[in-house]
Amino acid sequence: MSELSKLTLAAARDALRKGETTSLALTEACLSEIEGAARLNAFVRVTPEIALDQARAADARIAAGEAPAMCGMPLGIKDLFCTRGVPSQAASHILNGFRPEYESTVTQKLWDAGAVMLGKLNMDEFAMGSSNETSTYGNAVNPWKVDDRDLTPGGSSGGSAAAVAADLCLAATGTDTGGSIRQPAAFTGIVGIKPTYGRVSRWGIVAFASSLDQAGPMTRTVRDAAIMLGAMAGHDPKDSTSADIPVPDFEAALTGDIRGKTIGIPSEYRMAGMPAEIEALWSRGAEMLKDAGARIVDISLPHTRYALPAYYVIAPAEASSNLARYDGVRYGHRAKLAEGDGIVQMYEKTRAEGFGKEVQRRVMIGTYVLSAGFYDAYYNRARKVRALIKRDFDEVFAQGVDAILTPATPSAAFGLGEMQDADPVEMYLNDVFTVTVNLAGLPGIAVPAGLDAQGLPLGLQLIGRPWEEGDLLNTAQVLEDAAGFVSRPAKWW
Amino acid sequence: MSIDIDTARRVAHLARIAVAEEDLPALAQQLSGILTFMEQLNEVDVSGVEPMTSVTPMRLKRRADVVTDGGYAAQILSNAPDAREGFFAVPKVVE
Repeated sequence: MSELSKLTLAAARDALRKGETTSLALTEACLSEIEGAARLNAFVRVTPEIALDQARAADARIAAGEAPAMCGMPLGIKDLFCTRGVPSQAASHILNGFRPEYESTVTQKLWDAGAVMLGKLNMDEFAMGSSNETSTYGNAVNPWKVDDRDLTPGGSSGGSAAAVAADLCLAATGTDTGGSIRQPAAFTGIVGIKPTYGRVSRWGIVAFASSLDQAGPMTRTVRDAAIMLGAMAGHDPKDSTSADIPVPDFEAALTGDIRGKTIGIPSEYRMAGMPAEIEALWSRGAEMLKDAGARIVDISLPHTRYALPAYYVIAPAEASSNLARYDGVRYGHRAKLAEGDGIVQMYEKTRAEGFGKEVQRRVMIGTYVLSAGFYDAYYNRARKVRALIKRDFDEVFAQGVDAILTPATPSAAFGLGEMQDADPVEMYLNDVFTVTVNLAGLPGIAVPAGLDAQGLPLGLQLIGRPWEEGDLLNTAQVLEDAAGFVSRPAKWW
Repeated sequence: MSIDIDTARRVAHLARIAVAEEDLPALAQQLSGILTFMEQLNEVDVSGVEPMTSVTPMRLKRRADVVTDGGYAAQILSNAPDAREGFFAVPKVVE
């Protein structure tokens, strides 16, 4: 039974079409795995009734023939996605009890394709964090373990990563504002792609930083990422920044042939103090692509070191504006008021009680950089630096580079609580390799590429040209095949 | 640029987040640390660079100026902490 929850989307699709299994059997297998995995705290809300209904409907559709690839696939959904009638609270206390009256475009597209919702997944509060330690539901735990410590699955899509790596679901949705799909994917040995900005609708996804946020799939293989991205992507009139361009068949792009492609290695990503094993993995990755017939070239992205500070101006600025809506009036938590308290006290007490410390910090930083007298010095300057960061990428792509290879993270997964006393800025360094991609609006994918000396997964990142996810996925699959990463976490939970 | 306790108090109020007086010094210190990190941006020559407004060059779509949605007040109010007679209810705003 439990073998079924380990299937890739591609294998499950083929088995369903051949009549070798049913969506109901897949769904029941996942629900039983979820029940036994409370220790991981990946699923924060399970929706078995919805799941079983959707599975039965999917089986009927498959029997009738012509069912789409995602039909019958049991998925986990990050708590950031609004799902009709099912609590959706962005892992924040301030959205306690919020049951959306509507469905996000991405989840609606998945249900229209016949996919099955198993439940909602843990994450950092409002997607702000790199370790899933800011959640109102408590920490999600990485299924990988090397000693008695519980390790972080990364963040913010930590629950999604843990659930896919622990075989609780076949795949999951994630969102990525500065690395929140790719960093947890790398920490748990799975694949995660952040598409080009505008490829996937943001409608119905709780907003963090609207100019950076993109949703994407978190899966066990590159092929699965191609299949699921195809079902999530597409123009949506309800999101004015979603691109009105056709969605190609991403799976068909996986030809395995990258001969003649040019892969850039950016010298600025060779950070001081980078662990030797990450540097070695990066070189091995370049060798693998070279062996497959790609040309490897050294490139320069000179503004890379300014990406993190620019990001930590722009993202909190947008967050302070987006999170202004949580005021205790229309939904979620409202503080108990004292005699004589007016509306300002209601706002201030509600937001103090409802937001966790990291969210409060970012809202205040955002408020500060947008305030009169500082707007030009911080916010406008950061937006100018962002333009330069994008220009760096435009220039290397214009020189004929097809994709860029970098490490996905500066380390393997660390222990939960180990960063507790660290400066907030130290936690931000987790995003050092991923954040440039959001600032430039590019597609980026994390692929598991090896284990470190302790036996924890490490990932490599490939960055592609805008709208060329198909080409990027093809290169990623070549890397995946050459790396041959097959390790799985041993079940201890 | 470092943030003093008065600035921290003012920012917290602008952000409509209640912060206890005794928590202000630690908050001021954390915010200052983050701002110091951001000050690296001052090293970049940004002369002649336009601030980015849209990461992919695109014109925002426009649609006809007509009502396309609405008429479900009960659903809009269904999540409100306090709703009365078809309205959101809040503490008294004017005397």
